[in-house]
Amino acid sequence: MTVTAETHTLPELTTDELSRYSRHLILPEVGMEGQQKLKAARVLCVGTGGLGSPLALYLTAAGIGTLGLVDFDVVDASNLQRQIIHSTRDIGRKKLDSAEEKLIALNPAINIVKHETMLSSANALDILKDYDIVADGTDNFPTRYLVNDACVLLDKPNAYGSIFRFEGQASVFATKDGPCYRCLYPEPPPPGLVPSCAEGGVLGILPGLVGVIQATEVIKLILGKGDSLAGRLLLVDALNMRFRELKLRKNPECPVCGANPTITKLIDYQQFCGIVPESKEEKTMKNGIPQITVKELKRRIDVGEDLYILDVREPFEYQIAQIGGKLIPLNDVPQRLNEIPREREIIVQCKSGGRSQRVAELLKQQGYPSVVNLAGGILAWSDEIDPSVHKY
Amino acid sequence: MTIFIPTPLRPYAGGNGTLEVNATTVGGALEELTTAHPELRKHLFNAEGNLRAFVNVYLNDDDVRYLPAKEATEVSTADTLTIVPSIAGGALAVLAEAPAAYER
Repeated sequence: MTVTAETHTLPELTTDELSRYSRHLILPEVGMEGQQKLKAARVLCVGTGGLGSPLALYLTAAGIGTLGLVDFDVVDASNLQRQIIHSTRDIGRKKLDSAEEKLIALNPAINIVKHETMLSSANALDILKDYDIVADGTDNFPTRYLVNDACVLLDKPNAYGSIFRFEGQASVFATKDGPCYRCLYPEPPPPGLVPSCAEGGVLGILPGLVGVIQATEVIKLILGKGDSLAGRLLLVDALNMRFRELKLRKNPECPVCGANPTITKLIDYQQFCGIVPESKEEKTMKNGIPQITVKELKRRIDVGEDLYILDVREPFEYQIAQIGGKLIPLNDVPQRLNEIPREREIIVQCKSGGRSQRVAELLKQQGYPSVVNLAGGILAWSDEIDPSVHKY
Repeated sequence: MTIFIPTPLRPYAGGNGTLEVNATTVGGALEELTTAHPELRKHLFNAEGNLRAFVNVYLNDDDVRYLPAKEATEVSTADTLTIVPSIAGGALAVLAEAPAAYER
């Protein structure tokens, strides 16, 4: 299957390009025509982070004509363990600008189109319509469903890749006869409670592996060569270096790509994923637990109050940074309640406020009369109070 | 038969990446798995006892949902089951649930 213009409208290659892409030109599967197809192609990269970095770099190296980039984020030091398109001196800089600079240095002929925005139902169709293929490298469920639906509605293939710790998945969704993301996962997971921050780590190389697989699929779709991953789910286990393949089927009853689609326009994906925007009330009270800001905590420490801070993170996190709290990891709290005094006000703290909120609710449920959650956790403390406290 | 446990669920399966169970059907194999490792149950099944929609189970390389007999499909010792949760970067479906101690 091919996704670009007819042969007679393909752009000519310049002398520089004949030289630059010589290793492609001598491959039967690419050749002059294939390289021209790459030059004519317009690809949209959603995200210039872990997956987006290798994706954008390899697509640019391969000679893609137009590369759209979607990102609204700024480079952070913790990104550099895996987002290899960015450098140390880019810390604090917009990811789009940092990425554009490296891509143009690699290949000055590339036409970069920057979309500095968060993809949403309001803008997705408009942004995607000018591209032939989309490569989704985002890190949240609402956007996954948004990109999927937009690709199906616009008839654009979606080179999908996702990662978690040391496992990855890759496929191609939204081809004419192939399945879409919803055929695989009809429902998003409930947002419920915030996912465990301690378990959110990722092996730096993993998005490199998976991102290049996505880039490979994009290029194959453009060339119309090889067997794409449409209809297959590639599972990557980097720890054991095992690659497995599972069959994906188009769901005939899929609400978006099935024979009788019920979804014919983009929906509210935050709502679909059960994510309710934080109300003003939640800033001071959440699920019955009063919230305390880091500024307020600092004020109380400064006036000499004797505070009991319960730190519910893991020991390795405590080693990286702590603000003097008593450490009882989240999963140990139910068994160690006897160590937490009932007669005192307990200020619960974690990395960013998610786990501590859960513990605070548990303590309240267990009859503790005075429990407070430190909103924003130690990350907020580092941001607003004491930057010498390491972020991680 | 062998069941492949994805990394995020291994802590609830005694740290194992693969487990052996004796069963005659897919459903039977999952039942044995969650009986031997009860903590896995709430990650795989909802309150009604159905497989959660964001978790897929594959018999060899076929999605059980699309097999004619679904969970009643018969299995042999040579077959494998693979559990595949939906993932998206830092967010993980199966862990976005409270462990029992935190449920109301």
